[in-house]
Amino acid sequence: MSAMSIDLSMLAFSPPGWGGNLLRGLVHTVEIAVGAYALGLTLGLGGAMGKLNGGPVLRGALEAYTTIGRAIPELILMLILFYAGPQFLNNILTSYGYPLVDINGLAAGIFVLGVVQGAYSTEVLRGAIQSIPLGQIEAAKAYGMSPWKRFTRIIFPAMIPNAIPGLANLWLNVTKDTALLAVVGFSELMLETRQAAGTSKAYFMFYVAAALLYLALSQVSILIFSWIEQRQRRGIARVA
Amino acid sequence: MTDQPIIAARSNPITDGTWRSMKIFGYITIAILIAVGLAAWLGQWGWLDPAFVKSNGVAPKYLEQFGYGLIRTLTLLIVSVVIGYALAIPIGLVQVTGPRPLAWLASGFCTFIRGTPLLVQLWLFYFGFGSLFPQIPWIRQSFFWEYLRDGFNYALFAFTLSFAGYEAEIMRGGFLGVPKGELEAARAIGMSSFTVLRRIWLPRALMLVLPTLSGEVVSQLKSTPLAATVTVFDVYGIGREVQQDMFLTYEPLLLIAAIYGTLTAIIATAFKFVENLIPTRRG
Repeated sequence: MSAMSIDLSMLAFSPPGWGGNLLRGLVHTVEIAVGAYALGLTLGLGGAMGKLNGGPVLRGALEAYTTIGRAIPELILMLILFYAGPQFLNNILTSYGYPLVDINGLAAGIFVLGVVQGAYSTEVLRGAIQSIPLGQIEAAKAYGMSPWKRFTRIIFPAMIPNAIPGLANLWLNVTKDTALLAVVGFSELMLETRQAAGTSKAYFMFYVAAALLYLALSQVSILIFSWIEQRQRRGIARVA
Repeated sequence: MTDQPIIAARSNPITDGTWRSMKIFGYITIAILIAVGLAAWLGQWGWLDPAFVKSNGVAPKYLEQFGYGLIRTLTLLIVSVVIGYALAIPIGLVQVTGPRPLAWLASGFCTFIRGTPLLVQLWLFYFGFGSLFPQIPWIRQSFFWEYLRDGFNYALFAFTLSFAGYEAEIMRGGFLGVPKGELEAARAIGMSSFTVLRRIWLPRALMLVLPTLSGEVVSQLKSTPLAATVTVFDVYGIGREVQQDMFLTYEPLLLIAAIYGTLTAIIATAFKFVENLIPTRRG
């Protein structure tokens, strides 16, 4: 029965407690999530502009990217990218006579999650840009703004309030998707938890602790995003 | 009058773009099919042959295994969606109209489900609760001990609760979205509150949330491969097994990606068909 009682001293920050490991895992989770989110937003912004302004070939390619990226389970896309990405990079490097590189886990995790996120970001940002009244963009054109200035001064600021609810959802998804990286062996919160639980045999306590850490992360994120949304929506009439 | 031709001549940036990208999407799809065809031609697919025998004399019958894997995946999906939805309706309803403690309990449940990764929930049930059960003697002697040792049941349980949590939040929105006047009219006719729910509130709420259901079911399908982490041999689990047995990297992954892609397309088409059957007035 001893294993059933919950021994909180195992959550202590210094060894033999595992609390420090869990927190380190949480930091890695946040790092991967931030990196993947940023990469996803970059791809998404490029993808959205490409879908709206690009030629037929670019549009078709982006349509294929967003369709496939959203139709196939994240876990499988991750595995494909996880195997294909490093191999592709190493093929290029060897063909130019460079030595093989060992790809760092953090970068690989950010890459695979970011590419998957990009498919979703493209759609969110495209929708946000399309909901800008066309007259505003035409007015900018009429003033003779260059495409770049039009983007930075009109399209981007006008799009942000529309995009924030969707982007908040994407952030919550990416923090949760980082857990999938444990399946391919990246050291983030889920894998640290698994190791702590496996070593100490206190499975129940450690998984509850991990769940609470994820919950705290998502609740804090929700608070931050609702604060940003309130700030961004200042002066905009509320729609239903 | 003078404005008329200008407006008519202006192209519609939204529909034009959709049409052109749809057309080119066809070409790109063909290109991808050719690429996959090349991969199929260049890759090693002998293991899919039902008569395939490994060098150690074992006939693994992978194609048959994929068939069973598909049945497990679909069972996980359909059972969790149906039971999850049945749970979501009361959980959504009590948040709108139920007594305070129940409403808090329901919204706490939704927050937990939506705020933590499904993998954590699954592992919490399988490894966490799964490690507690054997220590309780009466559970080991009871008839459901058999069920408590099978990872499939844990996956089914976790997926059902997860779907219930996400759907309950959507149902809450659906219940709130039904215009008050319709409910007041129903009461004014003399319907009891249960009849109002059964005849007006629930059907109207379901109609409101129907367009979201397709995406939610697809998300649920995309979550099912997680079951393989708790020893369930679903489509993904079989694919991983082939990867390890045959020392192949891409072929099994491409096959399972194609299977999930096809299932997604089938779900999306089926829901579109069902949505078109239900008369709704838009706008």
